[in-house]
Formats: sequence, structure tokens, C-alpha cells
Amino acid sequence: MTSTLTISALTKTFAGEKALDAVSLTVEPGMRVALLGHNGAGKSTMMKIILGLIPYDSGEVMVCGAAPGSAAARGQVAYLPENVAFHPALTGQEQIAQYLSLRGESPKLALGLLDRVGLHQAATRRIGTYSKGMRQRVGLAQALIGKPRLLVLDEPTSGLDPVSRRDFYALLDGLAAEGASILLSSHALTEVEARTDRIVILSGGRMVASGTLADLRRMAALPVALHVTARNGHATEIERALPGAIRVGAELRLTCPQDEKLATLARITGFGDKIEDVEVVPPSLEDIYSHVSRRDGQ
Amino acid sequence: MMTRILATAGTEFRIALRNRWVAIAVVLMALFALVLSAAGSAPTGDLGVDRLSVTVASLTSLAVYLVPLVALLMSFDAVAGEVERGTLPLILTYPVARVEILLGKLVAHLAVLTLAVAVGYGLAGVAAFWADPGAVSGLPALWRLGWTSVLLGATFLSAGYALSSLARRPSGAAGLAMGLWLGAVVLFDLGLLAAVVTDNGGWFTTQAFPFALLANPADAFRLYNLAASEATAAAAGVAGAANAIPLWQSAASVLIWPFAALALATAAFRKVTP
Repeated sequence: MTSTLTISALTKTFAGEKALDAVSLTVEPGMRVALLGHNGAGKSTMMKIILGLIPYDSGEVMVCGAAPGSAAARGQVAYLPENVAFHPALTGQEQIAQYLSLRGESPKLALGLLDRVGLHQAATRRIGTYSKGMRQRVGLAQALIGKPRLLVLDEPTSGLDPVSRRDFYALLDGLAAEGASILLSSHALTEVEARTDRIVILSGGRMVASGTLADLRRMAALPVALHVTARNGHATEIERALPGAIRVGAELRLTCPQDEKLATLARITGFGDKIEDVEVVPPSLEDIYSHVSRRDGQ
Repeated sequence: MMTRILATAGTEFRIALRNRWVAIAVVLMALFALVLSAAGSAPTGDLGVDRLSVTVASLTSLAVYLVPLVALLMSFDAVAGEVERGTLPLILTYPVARVEILLGKLVAHLAVLTLAVAVGYGLAGVAAFWADPGAVSGLPALWRLGWTSVLLGATFLSAGYALSSLARRPSGAAGLAMGLWLGAVVLFDLGLLAAVVTDNGGWFTTQAFPFALLANPADAFRLYNLAASEATAAAAGVAGAANAIPLWQSAASVLIWPFAALALATAAFRKVTP
């Protein structure tokens, strides 16, 4: 199968400032890619270029085998803008019906789509009366129209409550399973960590990291944290045997480099009965993200 | 293509309905048409023309101000408003051409305007018939005024879209729209008048003046209606010039302007980057 999205050496300059600097990225069908970065790192710019909303200076972008913004590409790409907005005088159903017609689908499907995002009850109310989360769900409903091959979602979960977020990612999983590619940006690192296949970190317009979470962990080479709980009375003894450990009550906390993890674990299990429990805490995406951003001087 | 235009038109019509634009336009046209019918009842009889033809002459002078005004009021927000609300980027990622978006808006706004014109002129017609059964001879003039008003409206709607695209902010677009209205329907004529007076029958009056009138859609509209109508005698002012310009020329200007304005609007809208 061909890639849904191919970007190579994409560069975009705004008034002398490089918004994107030689960014390359390939997204395969069914892949869920998270785009991370500070505000102004170039996430939205990259998305707008993929959608054909703004031109780019150099490099190559292919969306579903067509130029970004061409009728062929637009027919297969869905977009959820950051802070999605609609005309307040329209009802959710009317708005979705219009979007359905624009994609050549029957406007009668509107209610079903609103149902899928949990807006069935409010379908006949004007969007002006909706909360931010509800508007976000209207935005999501329009992105589901007509089986898009690529979904470009700019901070899709902002304004959603935790349950809606979970439902939202479940929806995305279903779409990805059917072969749709998903490119989403987010500041909520913990949810991205669990629900995407690949992570791309942008910083100052440059791609500073890209890969699976495991790739990123290896690349960042951040220490692993080990939390050892000693049985009654053995804590002092174990603390002495594990240099560098910090004691917090009955718990001993120590860190070790990624490649010494197994050796350290072996030493801990060597204490046998004196240990009640041991917990291995790998570096989270948040740790990796701040490490990569710091290294980049942000 | 039709589905996409009609879907946009349907949405825009709903918005116009809920923003009270339909009500405002209809009530405005109806009110002014009735006032003119009542006021125009005095000088009939001695002119030897039917009541409706006189009403049409008055309505022409009214329409030349009111139709562009209503059209610009409805259209100035079309693109700038979408930019401000943030609804434009999303719609532009849909497989719909920009000209289709504009056409959809135009169809909806033109429907509102047509409704307003039909109600207003219809009421004026009924009033004329009620006072003078011989008014039937003025019907062709009323019909002509109707469709030319719709075309004049289409021209200024598209002009409004063009200004809306250029301004990108509703406040700026509103200012430009008012400027265009003042310029095209008020100052243009005053300027021409001043030029003709100073020129005193020279090159400008004989050569440039007719073209200047044809170049302005509002003047072409007035010329065509007054020249084609038997009521020329009932109207004063520019009507004198109406006889000097062949009917087909003013008709051509009235017919061509809507397309030219739409082309301008499309070109301006294509330049908008969300």
C-alpha cells in the first residue's frame, strides 16, 4: 500500500523566520501519529500546509497521491481545526447536513453522525447555545464524513471531558483499524502516549524527534526509576546496599541508566524475602518531551 | 457542483432568515414602495400616462439607492465574517471550489433580495391598480424594473463579496461597502454633474459622459429603465441623457455587470489565505 502522507524536506518561512525547517515525515495507512511541540513550534503551520490552506517554500508534500489542497486531496482528507467554529445561528444537524452535501453524501446522515459523537439530544439546537466541548464534537462529527483516508486533527481533545476524550480515542482507534491515517496534535501528553503509534516532536520548526515511544525512550536514554519497598526492618540494610537510593518512608527510590536496568533489578531481587515489592517506572513521554525540548534550548 | 452550491445557498438562506435579513429587506422595500405610491399619486392625470408607469419611474429612483444598499449590507460580512468567526479554514478544506462557495452565497442573498423586490414592487403595483384601472399598460415597465433590480442587486452583492475578501475584517468591509455605496450611487452622479457643468458642452459632455454613465451599474440601471419606459417624461435629471444613449447599450451594461462583479469577487476571494 502507498503512504497516505509523504513530506520531505518541507520548509516554510514567515517573514524571515523559519516556521518549518526541512521536516520529513511519512504516514502509512492505519497509522496514528501525534505531533507534539510548544506553541509556535510549527504544528498548525504543518497541518495547514498538508491541507493546502497555505503555500510552502520548498520541499515536497504528497497527500493521498495528490498535491495538497487539490480537489483530489481535499476529497480524501478531513480536518478538525483548533478551536473549531461554526455559524451560531445554525443547528448542529443543519451544519452537518451542509458538510455532508459538500462531500457528496446524503444530508440525511447528519443525525447518525451526531449520534456517534454523543450529540443526538442537541442536534436541533442552535450551535450558538453549545458548550465548547459540544462544538468540538460537532467538529469531530464533520471530520468523520465520508470515510476520509487522512484525518488532520489540531488539538482535538481540548475542551472535552475525560469520558468524552476516551470515547474520542476509541473512535479514532476504529477509524485507524479501517485503514485511515490520523495526524493529531496535542498538549495532553499522557493520552497521546497511550493512543498513538508514532510520535513526532517539533521544536522551533525543526523535527527534533520522531518514532515510536520505545524509539524515543532509547534515543533520549533517560534513566529508569526503580521503587523498592522493603519489608519491615530491612529498609536500612537495603539502603546501605544500594548506593544512590533515596529513602521515602519504607520505600527506596533509585534511578539507573536504561542499559543497567536488568542488572540493577537482579541485584534487588537478590535480597529475596527482604523485599516486599519493586516497581519499574520507565521515563514517561512527558519526561522525554521536556528532555528533548530542553536539549533543543527551549 | 449544483449540489454543493445549493447546499451552501440553503445554509446561507437559513442564516439570513435567522439574522432577520429576510424580514428587514422585505419590510424596507415594501415600506418605501408604498410610501412612493402614495406620494406619487399627485402629478398623474395631466401627464397622460397611466398610474403604474409613474410609480415605476419613482420606484426606479428609489431602487437605484435602496437595492445596492440592501445588497451591500447583506454581503459585506460574507467572507470577512467567516474569517473572523474562524469558519473559513474548515470550509476551504472541503472539496468545494471557492467560486462555488461564492455562488452559493449569491444564490441565497439574491433570493432574499428578489423576494424583497417582488413584495415591494408587487405592493406598488397593487396600489396603482387600485387607483387607476388603466395601469395595466405599465406592467411591462414594472416587470422590467423587477428583473433589472435583481441584476443590480447581484452586481452589488458580488461587489460586497469582493470588498469583504479584500478587507478580511468585518469592520473594514463595512467601511468599504459604505464607501462603495456612497461613491457609486451618490458621489458618482454629483461628480458627473459637476464635470458636465464645467465642461459646458465640450468633449466630456458629448464623448465621455455617456460612457461614464454606462460604466456605473447604478446609472446604467436607471438609464435603461427610464429610456425603455414611457415614463421618461415623468422623470427628470439623468433621464435627459437617457435619450442620447441607445437602449441596447444600457441593457448590455445591466446584463454584463453582475458577471464582471462576480469575476472580481472570485479573484479577490482566491487571494484570501485563512
